[in-house]
Amino acid sequence: MDYNVLIGGSAGQGMDTLASLFQRSLHRHGYHVFVHKDYMSRVRGGHNFIQIRFSDVPLVSHRDQLDLVVALDETTVKEHLPRLQENGFLLADEEIKNQSDQMISFPINKSAKEAGNAKTYTSVFLGLLLKWYGLPFEQTEAFLLETFHDKSPEANVKAFQAGAALTKGKVELPSGPLSDHLLIDGNQAIALGAIAAGVTFYSAYPMTPSTSIMNTLAAHQVEAGIVVEQAEDELAAINMAIGANYAGIRAMTGTSGGGFSLMTEALGLAGITETPLVVANVQRPGPATGFPTRTEQSDLSFILTASHGEIPRIVISLRNPEESFYQTARAFNLSEKYQVPVILLSDQYLADYTVTVPVFDVSRITIDRHLSDDSSYSEEHPYQRYALTDNGLSPRLVPGKFPGQVVLADSDEHDEDGHITESAEVRINMMKKRMGKLEMIKDEMQEPWHIGDAHPDILIVAWGSIAGPLEEAINRLREEDETRSLGALVFGDLWPLPTNQLTSLAEKAKIIVNIEQNFTGQLAKLIRQETGLHCSKNILKYDGRQMTPEFIVELLKQEVL
Amino acid sequence: MNESSRFHSSDEVAWCPGCGNHALLSILKQALEELEKKPHEVLICSGIGQAAKTPHYVNANGFNGLHGRAIPPAFGAKVANKDLTVIINSGDGDSYGEGGNHLIHNMRRNLDITHFVHDNMIYGLTKGQASPTTRTGHTTGIQTEGVVLNPLNPLALAITMGATFVARGFVGEKEQLVELMKQAITHKGYALLDIFQPCVIFNKINTFQWYKEHTFRLPESYDPTDRATALQMAFEWDNGIPLGVLFKEDRATYTESIEVLREGPPLVDRELKPDRVVPFLDDYK
Ligand SMILES: Cc1ncc(C[n+]2csc(CCOP(=O)(O)OP(=O)(O)O)c2C)c(N)n1
Ligand code: SF4
Ligand SMILES: [Mg+2]
Repeated sequence: MDYNVLIGGSAGQGMDTLASLFQRSLHRHGYHVFVHKDYMSRVRGGHNFIQIRFSDVPLVSHRDQLDLVVALDETTVKEHLPRLQENGFLLADEEIKNQSDQMISFPINKSAKEAGNAKTYTSVFLGLLLKWYGLPFEQTEAFLLETFHDKSPEANVKAFQAGAALTKGKVELPSGPLSDHLLIDGNQAIALGAIAAGVTFYSAYPMTPSTSIMNTLAAHQVEAGIVVEQAEDELAAINMAIGANYAGIRAMTGTSGGGFSLMTEALGLAGITETPLVVANVQRPGPATGFPTRTEQSDLSFILTASHGEIPRIVISLRNPEESFYQTARAFNLSEKYQVPVILLSDQYLADYTVTVPVFDVSRITIDRHLSDDSSYSEEHPYQRYALTDNGLSPRLVPGKFPGQVVLADSDEHDEDGHITESAEVRINMMKKRMGKLEMIKDEMQEPWHIGDAHPDILIVAWGSIAGPLEEAINRLREEDETRSLGALVFGDLWPLPTNQLTSLAEKAKIIVNIEQNFTGQLAKLIRQETGLHCSKNILKYDGRQMTPEFIVELLKQEVL
Repeated sequence: MNESSRFHSSDEVAWCPGCGNHALLSILKQALEELEKKPHEVLICSGIGQAAKTPHYVNANGFNGLHGRAIPPAFGAKVANKDLTVIINSGDGDSYGEGGNHLIHNMRRNLDITHFVHDNMIYGLTKGQASPTTRTGHTTGIQTEGVVLNPLNPLALAITMGATFVARGFVGEKEQLVELMKQAITHKGYALLDIFQPCVIFNKINTFQWYKEHTFRLPESYDPTDRATALQMAFEWDNGIPLGVLFKEDRATYTESIEVLREGPPLVDRELKPDRVVPFLDDYK
């Protein structure tokens, strides 16, 4: 089984609450759920929709084709009626003109008024939906009472029951196979990963679609012991986090492209001062303000060299919420081990889609601080923040903890003590020390996920959140025709780029196809730069909407199959 | 210079002979000595400029960051370790120009940090352009017809933005300046001390002599707890510029206001394990 329900309306109509109650009910009844949001940058009006896909097998993507549409307004009918499967239906209030035999009209608003509050129409729809799919009511009624505890809870339950009475059960679902799963989105997973990693300070400036990282941390700040500071701007946010890391805690900042642009000078500061730092960039289409609430993967090229001058850095893209949790925790360890900034690259699609995942296994996470506790420094042999060592890593002392020893960090080129220098020789040594760390880091980088054929003729390359839709597309194509030799490498770690698997698969592949959500094919450029390999086809999308499996299937058929 | 000070740094001082920064540096070390601070307990933060080289010339922890960004790392470090004595030493351009936004908002935060602005009323390091405190009419290589922008009044700004300690000193008034620095450092909350520091190379108008002639000490009888009087004092200029503590207020510091910081040891001393996340997973079940 695999159903896809769309709820559409304008901002402020209560669609979020309806969707949230429905998806939580499905989750509680043990189904795999994948919820994708499409919303506009406004608080009232416009056209927004949420797609709730559910199944008894794991889901990794949203999809195009719809089984059911709940239309809270006329626009939803116009926009989404054409997307219904042949046996699909659209449900709407009787006041909206019925324009198709796939459309069913119900006295929604009337039922809400009869329940005692006209605003309870979303609860009427909820009852209707639950009954449609033959789901039990008790759990959902409890959710309703909790959600509306201060807004006519009884009227909402009444409305819910009235909604359920409007229809017969239409679909019989197999029982849900899951127990004990989380229903979580990418940004929440980043925040939880940071908590597991021991973050105690998060400084950021609100910017969609990154803000919910800050919201999630803030919700737990007192209990977890985290200071969440809304900075005056992104310059402050990143510089605060750097100062906090310098002083010995784990601090993090997060933003979207515009804010990241403002942070670039300080990214270099982290690089030259060798201060650990984790920055999340949750991408949206740029440049400038771009599409605030939509998705794109267009910051990769920028991130790889962001900051003037040359610094070592690690770039990890996140491929789904589950790995967002573990990779965030890993980012802190890498950042402290090598004393370099680590950039986590997510995007609006991943930030905002919600999916059922196995409960995070905290035993897989370690907190490796790599701090020095060497107390043998003396007046004759004082601590040197930038001591030259065989591997370029200088011991890191926490300032204030070692009487007689001080820690001096400097944004100018500096000598081993951290003092400003203009010596050519010192400059060369310090550049080699810093940039040399990349060689060690290379050995830590994780090879891309390999999907599909073990040695494909058609080799697809991609990165980040496309992983889900691409996996589903490849599975569909291979199921359709088993003779298709099709496989993909989906990169998570992007810098330094792990190339072993790529070069080995490329030897046998007849064609390499690059798939990305941007205009210029930034991964293809990176691959070419690092390996000399040429992607002869690019499938690119830059309209702010995430590729669906159907889209990828269609394009691969058109372009390569 | 006092080489026997425990705050003495072996780094060669790169300021011009006669620069007001030399005196300021030695007064700073004296203040730290007199407060019986130890080098490892002190963190000096700065941005970029002549003044901002100070962390190199003091044997203490130092964070010499980016131009205009002296305050945010200082904030982060103090949040991480509330036991550190965090002092910012930076220029007027760095603090009031490039870093103006941080200045305003950190006054509002009232974190317990001290901000010494070496105010030479000019950009020293970049060779003599107007700074936010350069007076109108002052000609420079850029402002060839004289500065037309109204000068920024840091003390009035601080008083209105919520700084809880607002003072002005002059390197030529050594004894007073030591006292002002000590008061600023021991003040609980954000303390701004604007320090007149002659730049002998690029500011030929506001010279040592000029400051001597144009400043006066606030009388003993002056009451720094009255905001209205303080604001009035902050605007005194043509008839003499007051030196001393203009304004002082008792207000909860950031550390006192944030439960996570107020209670318990400094963040840096807290033992954290990955399973601290476990209780929060329930929200998603
Ligand atoms: C982002 C950035 N912009 C400009 C500069 C160049 N710059 C360095 S110091 C400075 C002005 C310094 O003036 P001030 O803060 O008054 O310090 P002073 O040298 O007078 O002590 C400028 C413009 C820089 N280093 N970084
Ligand atoms: S240029 Fe001015 S501020 Fe800079 S060191 Fe020389 S005298 Fe001092
Ligand atoms: Mg200056």
